[in-house]
Amino acid sequence: MHSFKIILDWLSILAIPLIIFIFLAYGYLKKVKVYEVFVEGAKEGFEVGVKIIPYLVAMLVAIGMFRASGALDVLTWLLSPVTTLIGMPPEVLPMAFMRPLSGSGSIGIMTELMKTYGPDSLIGFTASTMFGSTETTFYVVAVYFGSVNIFKTRYALPAGLLADAAGLITAVYVCRLLF
Amino acid sequence: MLNHIWLWMIILSILIAGGTDLFQEITAVDTPVQEEVHRNLNKDTKLGQVTSAAIEAAGLSVKIAIGLIGVMALWLGIMRIAEEAGAIRILAKAVRPITKRLFPTIPSEHPAVGAMVMNIAANMLGLSNAATPLGLKAMEELDKLNPEKGKATDDMITFLVINTSAITIVPATAIAIRASLGSVNPQQIVVPAILSATMATIVGVTTVKLIQYFNNKKKSLSKSK
Repeated sequence: MHSFKIILDWLSILAIPLIIFIFLAYGYLKKVKVYEVFVEGAKEGFEVGVKIIPYLVAMLVAIGMFRASGALDVLTWLLSPVTTLIGMPPEVLPMAFMRPLSGSGSIGIMTELMKTYGPDSLIGFTASTMFGSTETTFYVVAVYFGSVNIFKTRYALPAGLLADAAGLITAVYVCRLLF
Repeated sequence: MLNHIWLWMIILSILIAGGTDLFQEITAVDTPVQEEVHRNLNKDTKLGQVTSAAIEAAGLSVKIAIGLIGVMALWLGIMRIAEEAGAIRILAKAVRPITKRLFPTIPSEHPAVGAMVMNIAANMLGLSNAATPLGLKAMEELDKLNPEKGKATDDMITFLVINTSAITIVPATAIAIRASLGSVNPQQIVVPAILSATMATIVGVTTVKLIQYFNNKKKSLSKSK
């Protein structure tokens, strides 16, 4: 396990310099005018950044209001009978709701739960596994679709949330098994 | 769909916050006038908090977007070199056996495939700084194949679902926080997190593929009529 971690640590340190090195060296070999082409491509960066602003504002404002209103507590209260039924510790339910909505919000809940119950408790273990098991779906939908000016997202969000639910429920079961 | 979710998130926030405030106002014990004066409505009421959260989030959105411009430019520049050199095409070819099943309508060796693969790899390694620019590059390429601008294509949704259920080999943030709180074995979550994310990916891909299958069937039925 330890050597596995060292390999992975090095892999993530090496990945970016290695990719840049390979692409640049390969470009040079293929006689690409690297500097000119780089600048040409980089010009788009500004455009993309500005393009996503309205989409991000729409999404983050809705999420911010939702979080501040206490709606999550209401949802937790409504769904608590279901969680006991599937054997989910009720304390981690807010984590499950927050995860697809907000990265910083779910870091906050995870940290709070581990402080209260200890990182090696079932609750702490489950909350941190949940954090590592999915992405912030709402944010990804807003940014990715926003960057190409797409507002008809069709079934993207429901499918993404269904995948999140599957991941979060699996986290509960796996953690209970391993604990 | 997003229309409704977005609308209801905001409507419910206001209703729930307002309801909570009303309930507290009714049930509150009469406070001495002295304290009443010092009450900060912005902080002490739910509606006030909701308002501040909305304004704060609007500002934060711009900060995030501006913060993205630099890394975005870096990776788009690197990717342009790789594209001109033909490296992206080689990458796309190498993963063809998998991608032709996931994205049947994307022509082989299309730059979209290369960008998607690099985005997924960056996500797996937990390189979030590189992942977002590469993902947006992939979306740009996918949009070039989009016949109806402004509307998501099946391929975009498949990519997005794989992306949001991203398998991360090392969930570095969670491990770091666990370690800082004195966990005996902070890395313990690696395997369960990979299993959970794999399950999320399987369910997500199955869902989008089923939806696409039935949609296509409906389309071909209505065509034959």
